[in-house]
Amino acid sequence: MLSDRTTALLSSIATYLLLGFVSFLSVFPFLWMAIGATNTSIDVINGKPTFGSALMTNITGFFTQVDVPLVFWNTAKIAIVSTILTLAISSLAGYGFEMFRSRVRERIYQFMLLTLFIPFAALMIPLFIIMGRAGLINTHIAVMLPVIASAFMIFYFRQSTKAFPSELRDAAKVDGLKEWQIFLFIYVPVMRSTYAAAFIIVFMLSWNNYLWPLIVLQSNDTKTITLVISSLASAYYPDYGVVLVGTVIATLPTLLVFFLMQKQFVQGMLGSVK
Amino acid sequence: MAVLQAGGGVRRYYNINGWLFVAPALGLIGVFMVYPILWSLWMSFQTGKGLTTKFGGFANIIRLWNDPVFIKALSNTTIFFVIQVPIMLFLALIVAAALNNPKLWGRSFFRTAIFLPCVTSLVAYSVLFKSMFAADGVVNGALQALHIISSPIPWLTDPFWAKVLIIIAITWRWTGYNMIFYLSAMQNIDKSIYEAARIDGISARGRFLYITIPMLKPVILFTMVTSTIGTLQLFDEVYNFTEGKGGPSNETLTLSLYIYNLTFKFMPSFGYAATVSYVIVVMVALLAFLQFYATRERD
Repeated sequence: MLSDRTTALLSSIATYLLLGFVSFLSVFPFLWMAIGATNTSIDVINGKPTFGSALMTNITGFFTQVDVPLVFWNTAKIAIVSTILTLAISSLAGYGFEMFRSRVRERIYQFMLLTLFIPFAALMIPLFIIMGRAGLINTHIAVMLPVIASAFMIFYFRQSTKAFPSELRDAAKVDGLKEWQIFLFIYVPVMRSTYAAAFIIVFMLSWNNYLWPLIVLQSNDTKTITLVISSLASAYYPDYGVVLVGTVIATLPTLLVFFLMQKQFVQGMLGSVK
Repeated sequence: MAVLQAGGGVRRYYNINGWLFVAPALGLIGVFMVYPILWSLWMSFQTGKGLTTKFGGFANIIRLWNDPVFIKALSNTTIFFVIQVPIMLFLALIVAAALNNPKLWGRSFFRTAIFLPCVTSLVAYSVLFKSMFAADGVVNGALQALHIISSPIPWLTDPFWAKVLIIIAITWRWTGYNMIFYLSAMQNIDKSIYEAARIDGISARGRFLYITIPMLKPVILFTMVTSTIGTLQLFDEVYNFTEGKGGPSNETLTLSLYIYNLTFKFMPSFGYAATVSYVIVVMVALLAFLQFYATRERD
């Protein structure tokens, strides 16, 4: 019979072993990415686990094969513009659904939530044809349009609006502010942490988006970073050192945002289920 | 009378504002969500290639049954979903339970580390994994050094191991994501419930099984539904592991990849591709309904 202390000790050892093992597995690929970026393609494929001296060659290789400033600009432009529009339109709707309730709009809201279950695969063919007819293939507008109105973000903003103090709104009304003024000058500043969290999540989704850009962006000068990395890696003999430099460059912005704004990052992810 | 009129005015003012706030979003959802989904339903009854199509009734649905590639994609997708989702959610639950101990040393370090895979793009980590799981790559090297295997595992070329690789990859990417949901829900459970149970002499395991799990039910349902939808739409990983082929010999082909290939690789058969896409719609609807039903509150 084990004493209570021994059982407690054993279970805490088991806990640390489990967490240590899972943490190692979670972090190792990041380390491998950094190591691989400094090695030649052959060394990457042969699993050389130490830092090498090919970093400059790989970086030069990446910058000669890829127009990095242009690709970065394309990706950032799409991500920033579509995030700002998504936040504006979804917060307006979330606020509207919560503050001005009516039976009809409540029905529409519930119906809208059902669209969360629609897989993108079932939309992509009609969307592709729509964009083709509108002459928008190969434009960044085509990438942004279908993602701007997000049922998920409307839901998120409606849930968050429940915490918006209604006294603020009543006071503003007494002061004679119009509804759009209340939204713009009171709601938006008060809810800035909600916006910050939403910004991070939507920005990251857009930065990392793949399938839809893959379909609509067909010429090299419009492509985003994920498309570029994917096509480098699908070459017959991919240069893995160069490819891994690309993955480092693609991952750094989101990694940075995560470490600088971890609290808002997690809040944005959780916000919708609370 | 005057009061009534004022009341009507207020109501109208209220109602007009309500519509104005939601109109931009509803307009966009209508054009880019509702219209396309109805259009692809209509499309799924059309047959023919390219732009010459005609009404074919149920021809596409009959074609599904006789299409071995579709059957392969359907069974692969089902295998990924049936095996991967439970493994991942179970792992996420255990890790969350381990982290839900305020006295745990290094708690925020572990939490951050396990959450980290979520920041990578699906393409970046797929490419990264492809390099790690190469025949002579670092994973096989480590497994051989540890004497777990004697010869390298053909992760990318063997039908069985190619599937295992995809399951490992998705589990790596999404376990931390689901863990965060569980952990946050666990931290919202009132501590006094645990205290009362402890005083009543209920063991730690009993407290986990009879307090934590039931309290987590809505969150578990949420993660089940979102993971199901995600896995049924699996595309980025497979496309980037296999240069868009779903190989070896269609062994990792998923429904989304098949739809992509039907539409953008060959002479497009929009109608048939739309039919395949509706298979995913129906599966998502059925599985979400089943999961809601299975976790419903019983009286």
